Amino acid sequence: MNAQNPPGKYSAGVKEYRETYWEPNYTPKESDILACFKITPQAGVPREEAAAAVAAESSTGTWTTVWTDLLTDLEYYKGRAYAIEDVPGDDESYYAFIAYPMGLFEEGSVVNVFTSLVGNVFGFKAVRALRLEDVRFPLWFVATCDGPPHGIQVERDKLDKYGRPFLGCTIKPKLGLSAKNYGRAVYEALRGGLDFTKDDENVNSQPFMRWRDRFEFCQESIEKAEKETGERKGHYLNVTAPNIEEMYKRAEFAKELGTPIIMSDYLTLGWAAQASLSRWCRDNGMLLHVHRAMHGVIDRHPKHGINFRVLAKMLRLLGGDHLHSGTVVGKLEGDRAATLGWIDLMREKVVKEDRSRGIFFDQDWGQMPGVMPVASGGIHVWHMPALVNIFGDDACLQFGGGTLGHPWGNAAGAAANRVAVEACVKARNEGRELEKEGKDILTKAAQYSPELKIAMETWKEIKFEFDTVDKLDVAHR
Amino acid sequence: MSDVQDYSSRLSDPNSRKMGTFSYLPQLTDDELRSQVEYIVAKGWNPAIEHTEPENATSNYWYMWKLPMFGETDVDAVFQEVELCKTANPNNHVRLIGYDNFKQSQGTAMVVHRAEISA
Repeated sequence: MNAQNPPGKYSAGVKEYRETYWEPNYTPKESDILACFKITPQAGVPREEAAAAVAAESSTGTWTTVWTDLLTDLEYYKGRAYAIEDVPGDDESYYAFIAYPMGLFEEGSVVNVFTSLVGNVFGFKAVRALRLEDVRFPLWFVATCDGPPHGIQVERDKLDKYGRPFLGCTIKPKLGLSAKNYGRAVYEALRGGLDFTKDDENVNSQPFMRWRDRFEFCQESIEKAEKETGERKGHYLNVTAPNIEEMYKRAEFAKELGTPIIMSDYLTLGWAAQASLSRWCRDNGMLLHVHRAMHGVIDRHPKHGINFRVLAKMLRLLGGDHLHSGTVVGKLEGDRAATLGWIDLMREKVVKEDRSRGIFFDQDWGQMPGVMPVASGGIHVWHMPALVNIFGDDACLQFGGGTLGHPWGNAAGAAANRVAVEACVKARNEGRELEKEGKDILTKAAQYSPELKIAMETWKEIKFEFDTVDKLDVAHR
Repeated sequence: MSDVQDYSSRLSDPNSRKMGTFSYLPQLTDDELRSQVEYIVAKGWNPAIEHTEPENATSNYWYMWKLPMFGETDVDAVFQEVELCKTANPNNHVRLIGYDNFKQSQGTAMVVHRAEISA
């Protein structure tokens, strides 16, 4: 309200956003949801105005004053832009920090929060591009979400596996195998020493392999590999389906078979369906592996969209026991420091602001369990020392081609990976530096594992040395 | 195909059974076992020893060898207990656990002695 319009009086028309939504003196409350946006404004739009516009359009504002504004406590309900910062190494864009009061949101609804934060505002004309870099979820919101159905510790206890990363493998070719042949590939990988195998994300229930047949054959593979090795095994049975009735039907059948883990794709399945499936998993003692198809559409552009660290936090709130995080070292995109940042956000109880890892806010997860990061895509035994060093024990390392592509087959490929991971863990525990001494550690281990020796000869020359597109914002870009 | 090696695991061969971390590596030597105990102690975890008859190794609950050694930081003391457990149960597998009371879970569990099984 300006001088011509005393407080409480209605005056129609358009006014500048910054009059209402820019509050540089505001101190965020513990209960506020905080967001950091990277704004690239249209030419001629002042920083404060664009920041205030984003705050307005993602909370209470509309383009013109309306009389019904005066029927509520707008001062309470509005989002506030409270700080602006330069983006290192970028003259065009800047960070805007916005605080939203708790009353704006439905408790426990990730859907509701993001419908506001990344809703209409992303198509708003005053900004040329907009990226949601980070969100601080206050403890009241965290505590009203279900979170992971089990979490890392319970998964370890259920599977009786400690002190090392889990090993997995996505069955290939992605599409076209019959259910029985597919089950064969699963059995071979599991008997060789992997903990898990995985449905590819686009394996749902196509004519070449209907879901029910796949579930039955894979379960037989799991049971036989368990008897043979004495260890617990699983195959992520993908229950991602065209509708939720079908999703539940597949999940129920998986439970009936006694399988330990199922899988979903949270972005294509939809967030509400993910939250429901996760709750079903907790109710039914089923572990839930979560894939992230479509994330690259949302998170890869450095100036527009949503950073993956936000999508990772979102999944921890929605619920899932595993989430793909990127590998840092394989064939898929992933900046090392940024990846370390979001794997902390998946696993740790409290994560402190750390700009060197792209983390803009302290995040307290209260008692919510952690999600196990999954490194998958273009990795093989030579990457093992780096992977164990980067991810530590609480991760699942998945070697698809790196298992199935072994010259002697899946069982040998699996054994090579298992020997490699155990050799790396043993060396790490002995205090050795994995990334420096990796070659020596693997070479020694290969002396008693012909499977590992052949794997090292097969993949020695494969490298993926493309530059990362979505880098952290640093001055020397 | 002559270069391709068969993977020799068999249901009929009890020696094909594995039992978690380090069961794909050769038996740890005494020095290697000491290094792993040092790791558990350095992590601030509580060492514990368990053992089982090989045919019961798939159970969650192996036999506890005495109680977990709460607060024990003497590597030799832990190593000695492993030896005592092995001597008293010569036909059993033995594993070493590091209990992490903050994570309310086992920080690590590793097989430190595999009993010989005649197939």
